Amino acid sequence: MTRLYDEERLGVLLRILRPAPRGWVEAAQELPAARRALDEIVSRAEADLAFRAALVADLEQALAAEGYEPDRRFLSEIRARLGES
Amino acid sequence: MSRFSDATDAALVRGCRAGDQEAWNELVERYSRYVYAIAARGFRLSDDDVEDVFQDVFTRVYTRLDSLRDESALRPWIAQLTRRRCLDAIAARRDVPAEDVTEEGSTDLSEVEEAFDVREALGGLSANCQDILDRFFTRDQSYKTIADELEIPSGTIASRIARCLGRLREQLEGRNSADGGSGD
Repeated sequence: MTRLYDEERLGVLLRILRPAPRGWVEAAQELPAARRALDEIVSRAEADLAFRAALVADLEQALAAEGYEPDRRFLSEIRARLGES
Repeated sequence: MSRFSDATDAALVRGCRAGDQEAWNELVERYSRYVYAIAARGFRLSDDDVEDVFQDVFTRVYTRLDSLRDESALRPWIAQLTRRRCLDAIAARRDVPAEDVTEEGSTDLSEVEEAFDVREALGGLSANCQDILDRFFTRDQSYKTIADELEIPSGTIASRIARCLGRLREQLEGRNSADGGSGD
């Protein structure tokens, strides 16, 4: 089906795809690095019982001490993975 | 502009699977507005839910990319992941099982699809046209702001927009003809 577009219709369609907030886009782009950090923390917690205990006792503080600045999503994923491991 | 700016979705998927950060950046850039529009406009979720859906969808895309069988089917796959995640968010808000929630009541998502086609066609225009149309229609910039930021006379903005829209229309109608549109 051939669609015909006048200026008004094009304007309506262009307005639909507005930019997502820049911070969200950047957070999504940083996912590969965040996943690597997450895997690294979980592997270390599996190998180092003292580190694991520190994480379980106070996750945010233990991560901050290691130089991580985790967001809410990252923290909840680590909690889930530590619970599984 | 990255190496992947003009890449097909299939090439983008291959790049992401190979661990190429530039490919991933482009994938997120290309689909961020789409995921955002489905959640915010299609399902009218709250800002907090839209953000959760947005991050979850890209996390799922990243972690499950290997399960995508047809590399060129990235867009319908992302749309499906987003719709499903939106329904989960609605179910959680209503405290009902996700199976009990339907897409009924969501805005016609076909309009988001059509908007994506228009946006793809926009990519075929000059950088100047892309920029001016994006500023005016999706960033709601005034003629004055556009003129100030691009350092062009404000009296020419309306005519530039009209000219760029004309080119966009040609681009879209050309695509439709190439797709075998018969006018029915």
